[in-house]
Amino acid sequence: MTRRTPLKDYLWESHLFTSRAVVALVCVTLLLFAVVARLVYLQVISHEHFSTLSENNRVNIVPIPPNRGLVYDRNGVLLAQNMPSFSLELVPEQVQDMETTLAELAQMVTIDEADLQRFRIRLAQKHPFESIPLRLRLSDEEVARFAVNRHRYPGVDIQARLTRDYPLGMAVAHAVGYVGRINESELQQVDTSNYRGTNHIGKIGVERFYEGILHGEVGYQHVETNASGRVLRVLEQTSPRPGYDLYLSLDMALQNVAEEALAQRRGAVVAISPKSGEVLALVSLPTYDPNLFVNGISAAQYQELQNSPNQPLFNRALNGQYPPGSTIKPLVGLAGLEYQEVTPDNSTFCPGWYSLPGSQHRFRDWKRGGHGHTDLRTAIIRSCDVYFYNLSLTLGIDRIHKYLSHFGLGTRTGIDLPGEPTGLLPSREWKRATRRQAWFPGETLIAGIGQGYNLTTPLQLALATATLANRGAIMRPQMLHASRMPGSDTTTAQQPVVAGQVPVASPANWDTVIGAMQDVVHSPRGTAHAISQGMTYHMAGKTGTAQVFGIAQDAKYEAEEIEERLRDHALFVGFAPLEDPQIAVAVIVENGGHGGSVAAPVAKAIIDRYMADKAPAL
Amino acid sequence: MSAYQDLRWGDRRLRRGPWVRGLHLDLPLLAGLLLLAAVGLIVLYSASGADMGRISGQVIRLAIGFTALFILAQVPPHYYALWTPWLYGLGLILLLTVLILGDVGKGAQRWLDLGVVRFQPSELMKVAVPMMIAWYVAEHPLPPARKALLLATLMIVMPTLLIAKQPDLGTALLVASSGIFVLLLAGVSWRLVMGVIAALGALTPLLWHFLRDYQRQRVLTFLNPEQDPLGAGYHIIQSKIAIGSGGLYGKGWLNGSQAHLDFLPERSTDFIFAVLAEEFGLIGILLLLALYLFIIVRGLYIASQAQNSFNRLLAGSLVLTFFVYVFVNIGMVTGLLPVVGVPLPLISYGGTSLVTMMAAFGILMSIHTHRKLLSS
Repeated sequence: MTRRTPLKDYLWESHLFTSRAVVALVCVTLLLFAVVARLVYLQVISHEHFSTLSENNRVNIVPIPPNRGLVYDRNGVLLAQNMPSFSLELVPEQVQDMETTLAELAQMVTIDEADLQRFRIRLAQKHPFESIPLRLRLSDEEVARFAVNRHRYPGVDIQARLTRDYPLGMAVAHAVGYVGRINESELQQVDTSNYRGTNHIGKIGVERFYEGILHGEVGYQHVETNASGRVLRVLEQTSPRPGYDLYLSLDMALQNVAEEALAQRRGAVVAISPKSGEVLALVSLPTYDPNLFVNGISAAQYQELQNSPNQPLFNRALNGQYPPGSTIKPLVGLAGLEYQEVTPDNSTFCPGWYSLPGSQHRFRDWKRGGHGHTDLRTAIIRSCDVYFYNLSLTLGIDRIHKYLSHFGLGTRTGIDLPGEPTGLLPSREWKRATRRQAWFPGETLIAGIGQGYNLTTPLQLALATATLANRGAIMRPQMLHASRMPGSDTTTAQQPVVAGQVPVASPANWDTVIGAMQDVVHSPRGTAHAISQGMTYHMAGKTGTAQVFGIAQDAKYEAEEIEERLRDHALFVGFAPLEDPQIAVAVIVENGGHGGSVAAPVAKAIIDRYMADKAPAL
Repeated sequence: MSAYQDLRWGDRRLRRGPWVRGLHLDLPLLAGLLLLAAVGLIVLYSASGADMGRISGQVIRLAIGFTALFILAQVPPHYYALWTPWLYGLGLILLLTVLILGDVGKGAQRWLDLGVVRFQPSELMKVAVPMMIAWYVAEHPLPPARKALLLATLMIVMPTLLIAKQPDLGTALLVASSGIFVLLLAGVSWRLVMGVIAALGALTPLLWHFLRDYQRQRVLTFLNPEQDPLGAGYHIIQSKIAIGSGGLYGKGWLNGSQAHLDFLPERSTDFIFAVLAEEFGLIGILLLLALYLFIIVRGLYIASQAQNSFNRLLAGSLVLTFFVYVFVNIGMVTGLLPVVGVPLPLISYGGTSLVTMMAAFGILMSIHTHRKLLSS
């Protein structure tokens, strides 16, 4: 291999290197320009976009749930409140040995499998510095037992949270309802942003109906968080606005009296103030403890309630649909007068049965021997079926349906409670539409005495009675008496709403019917005469007995021989005082037997209490 | 201007003062490096969250690095030429050793435990490979003949593959490029360069086959970081947010929310550029890039002033490799390049590569300060 001379080598190679170095420098400069171009793109052109992303990284919004409004009765008796309840919570990153800690905690407080399972799911989902509840609603004893040992368990602590509490428990469960944990479908119906941080929602009753104003408005904290979500500082805060406090129309005294008077029997009582439509009592028995539902009822407990033959979860006062029986006779009688098909003096002979012309079928009267010659007054006082069979046939189903519709039967009352059914006031059109059958005259007869297809709720009966007491003015029934804005001392009264007016052909007709109803109670012949004893006021009433079980032609109804579940329902409607009606009551006792002896005393007990409370003011 | 005059002009500096001449240091280069180190400490203070442990660690490393620079600057460059084959041979042996019985750290075999210090032989190769290629090529007239090129390529490929197998893609890339820079500066014909680039382009799919899973993932993530925003793409997404939100003027020192709230991963090491960009903005970055450019220009000037081909090629390669550090790191952090673990020179927290880099600058200074006037 030949080599060039060193000098020649040097010059040529130096020149070559310099040219290559210049190329390299040009490349370096171009690449740096590419980097600068990239940086201009990121830092100048897209600056706003990345600033937003950076702020989203940095600032988190933490919701502060509002305090739910409280619920009182009309006199300020607390029905629903928010109680601090103590829960046992763990901060995973501070717990040294999770399994041992859990095992030892189980020695001090009751921790069942469901608690553990829930805890483990949350443990996997949440950040290690976030507190995770292990057990909710610790008892005072459990709190005390843990408190003594607390120093041994770093990262484990007792937290106070507000949970809904119903101090009167079962007494107003059906009226107030309860809150429970929000589920998916409920979340879709509410404004999700307002429910961030809220765990509970009204499920039923007033809690559900007035969810919108009880809940309040969520507050927010803008907090600075680091990458792992830990809150470093609060930047800005918007306080939550608590929900409205509600004063219900209910009067706990009446509510308790009604419950006592029903005395463990299955049934319902609704008391309404005719003038305002306010619901003074809404009782359905048996009842349940709403507190069970607040933090999730156990499957076993729920099954027990659900499968109980007495159906404690069923709100009979609002949702129970019963044949009204004879309690609608005053209305049918009034229809007869108003349509001028009868006068108070017309009488019908009652042999104890009634047959349609050209038919052998006997429609029986409840009294086997019959009532003899009966006019309208007597028919109401004695609850004569034959008189009303005859009158019904004369009126026809169309007019009965039309007239009774005025009183709200067969339609929702519009009460401020969710889930109200319509009941059923049968008509020719109804039967054609649902059964594809023509209306038979025999059906008119039994419709006229509140049997057959007729179904009414205790609330509807109470409203119809109140309407009768009002001489036709229909007041919409209301659970809400007044509401109070959070933080203010003034309450806003809920205004009565006139829902309609029954057309009145002649006020004298109303006097006739109401007079007859007065005699139901006050006349010695009245079906509810027994309750008039010692009564210091005058009242109007009507007993009813609704058949649950069809009795074969000419068979004898022997209460003792029939299974209890198949016995008749006992009903009673009434209002007092006669001169200036202030309370209208509907009572149903399931399978209670006769209305006069079973249901009427319940109504009397309530009205007695109402009048007694009223007395000093008068 | 003749080369002789050029040399005399350069020589004026050597005569400046006895203390500067005696120290064998290039003052502009040293000033640039010191300034960079100072900027690095300021950024690290913020990026590490005022972690004094990290800062003093970095100060110690810088001290070691500048000491290495100082010592290597004293050694006349012909000694480097003398040691080159031995150094390269030693490096190869150590790489083989590390592959057989090296320590595993962070999933890769890179470390050799010498009892006193843990040592990465691949760092030695960052200097040994350009030395070897420069030495070999300079033996023959330039530009190198085909046969010499082939052998030189083999000398580059061997250590590169050994390092890539550890696996340490970043260092392999730097070692390979340091060797290739020597060949490019030595005057390899552009036609050949284009041919090789075209051939490599054609072979890329084949290369994919040899990549490890995590390396493939990195490339995929680079191509589309939003595909996996919480996994592999997280680094680059958060880094872009940090840089972009910095804007023109930055959020101010110690005020980078991306860095201080832990959103930015590896923020005091490989991604420290993003901290700088977030807190000092485009203005700060431009000043930093100007500083880097100054060092590179000065380095290339030193290379061009060197007195023989070995010195020239070695100096040029070391400077360009320094630029590769800068470019690959910034390219990675800004999302221009896939994530490859290459630190930002003198700014990133971290040891071995810093010392190697300073050693390279020591050699550069040695080359510049040991020039002699040719006797006539």
